[in-house]
Amino acid sequence: MSRDLDITVKHLTRVEGHGNIVVDMKNGVLHKAQLDIVEAPRYFEALLKGRSFHEAAIITSRICGICSLGHQLTSLKATEQALGLAVTEQTVLLRKLLVHGATLQSNILHAYFLAAPDFLKVKSVIPLVGTHPEVVLRALRMKKLANDIGDAVGGRAVHPITCVPGGFTHVPTAATLKDLRRKLVEQMVPDFLATVETVASLAAAIPQFERPTEYISLRSDGDYALYDGDICSTDTGRVPDSEYRRMTNEFVVPHSTSKHCRANRTSYMVGALARWNNNHDRLCPESLQAAAALGLKPGCTNPYMNTIAQVVEAGHCALDAVAIIDKLLDMGPKLETPNQEPTRFGTGIGSTEVPRGILYHEYTYDRQARIVKANCIIPTGQNLANIDDDMKKLVPEVVAVKSKEEITSWLEMLVRAYDPCISCSVHMLDVEFLE
Amino acid sequence: MANKPRVAIFDFTGCEGCELSQLNFEDQLLDILAQVDIVEWREAMDDRADEYDIAFVEGALSTPDCIKRIHDIRRRSKVLVALGSCAVDGGVNAIKNLHPIEEVRAEVYGKDQYLFPTLPALPLSAVVKVDHNVRGCPMTQGEFLRLFTALVMGKQFAEPDQSVCVECKLNENECVFERGMICLGPVTRGGCNSQCTNFGQYCIGCRGLVSEPNLAGMAETLASHGLAMDEAWKRLQLYNAYRLQGVRA
Ligand code: SF4
Ligand code: SF4
Ligand SMILES: [Fe+2]
Repeated sequence: MSRDLDITVKHLTRVEGHGNIVVDMKNGVLHKAQLDIVEAPRYFEALLKGRSFHEAAIITSRICGICSLGHQLTSLKATEQALGLAVTEQTVLLRKLLVHGATLQSNILHAYFLAAPDFLKVKSVIPLVGTHPEVVLRALRMKKLANDIGDAVGGRAVHPITCVPGGFTHVPTAATLKDLRRKLVEQMVPDFLATVETVASLAAAIPQFERPTEYISLRSDGDYALYDGDICSTDTGRVPDSEYRRMTNEFVVPHSTSKHCRANRTSYMVGALARWNNNHDRLCPESLQAAAALGLKPGCTNPYMNTIAQVVEAGHCALDAVAIIDKLLDMGPKLETPNQEPTRFGTGIGSTEVPRGILYHEYTYDRQARIVKANCIIPTGQNLANIDDDMKKLVPEVVAVKSKEEITSWLEMLVRAYDPCISCSVHMLDVEFLE
Repeated sequence: MANKPRVAIFDFTGCEGCELSQLNFEDQLLDILAQVDIVEWREAMDDRADEYDIAFVEGALSTPDCIKRIHDIRRRSKVLVALGSCAVDGGVNAIKNLHPIEEVRAEVYGKDQYLFPTLPALPLSAVVKVDHNVRGCPMTQGEFLRLFTALVMGKQFAEPDQSVCVECKLNENECVFERGMICLGPVTRGGCNSQCTNFGQYCIGCRGLVSEPNLAGMAETLASHGLAMDEAWKRLQLYNAYRLQGVRA
């Protein structure tokens, strides 16, 4: 089956940040199939150098607007560990509530606005306003409510205001929490069920493609791990997050301003599908029913199913948010002074699951509580090697039976399925500042 | 404008948080879409166009390719709007300008540093003419709506030039200095309705400086509230590193 294939998609649309898809096949031999990352680097390492612990989360939040809450919380966890700042139970609950809001908003945005146009063969969500108005209105309603959680608890959904080292500068009132709870129950849950129906009707358009790889996510004993847990690999099991460097092994490749990662194979996958494969037993019954309806099974090896795993997870976020609000209401929300008196000056690691996968921050502080060393490893960066490996398997499999246009569209859908956050991934930091 | 204005949205070096904030107008989004034709928006759609009545541009300029692209966008646009502090003032990106560029690159990419070209981070206005600013990090949503409406209706838009403190007092907040914190509100340009201090956080200065800021006085005040002088200037530089170049290290 000898064939030439030459595909270049410059500045792939409907992804966050700038990337190009490049495929080069001559006489049936695949020379290149990869995602080039061309986003301009922002050099966050230089931005953090010598900065106070008050500013670490503010600055790293600006690595990425879409993932801003995830960066803030991961950064705060690393800072709190490094400086020995304990936080209260209320702080942890409020942070978990924020994580649910951010995960919901991001998963909904991706499924409806960025991925759905592929399934419906249109170029963006805008034509859907005319053809599927009720679906678009539902998507906006769900996104709005998810953002309302961010507004109520964080002060603002993009780059939240209230999350600081040692706690919160503001706490929502019981009335605000009750209002959120009511909307989650009366509106979000039915909208989630309707979403599952809509997605089920489109599921036939999901490409059939399997490539087993290593799946890495957090895992905890109690809940579906998003805010904390151990690092868990489908190949090697659980290790504490202090082992994160061994589980990521960053390296530079010439075709990407973002570094690549590997653990036990040439590549691994993080994100909703990895969380599903590792933690499906921790999901609520409604999410498990959704998974069954959408054909998502444990041990899934089709990367295109990542979008489905995001939808499934959205139900869990909505329902667990209700459970967290109930706990907060039981305790009675009260303003607490953030704990900002360091008890030590050293190194701390933070890890959380952000919508696109596991995120690590590590900082070392000097005795003035200023940063001397910083490292962030971002989910999309961890997925890049896996995306390249998928392309290298996919292209030879379909080259004989599909047109160039179809192959291009499948490759674009593949990259979008990972929901890559390219602006995030080029801002990995790993540096010992030269004094 | 007789026909619907043709609008395009572009991003340079930034976090795309400002663009995301545009998608977060869930209540107004469909109305906005009805009043304009969005002809190009890479983050949300596949289409591309040649000319624009209004171009909204997010992000700072930090590579040779950025400079080429912004000239091209300027040529095609009747009105060019800088969106967010990265585009208006260079934003947090400009902190890197305070360090020698070679050192910055070596720190991040080590021996591979020459693979990726970079420049100091610049606001759009350092390279092309900018017609309007929407400030903030992320851009202040209310200000965006005010400007958007003015542009669509063909009305004037005046940028606010009072400090955040004015708004904070109107909102009857307890001054965060009274609570042992510091704040950049006195020199920071309002228009955000003192969003951060309303939520008990200090103003980090994301909307840039008022036109005649008393910087020395601000630094003195910060120092008298417990910051070392060099720390005080660092806090001022968080969003003003480009504007304060040469003012004080
Ligand atoms: S101004 Fe702030 S929110 Fe907007 S792109 Fe820059 S860093 Fe992101
Ligand atoms: S209070 Fe200060 S930091 Fe907050 S939005 Fe306004 S200018 Fe920006
Ligand atoms: Fe991101």
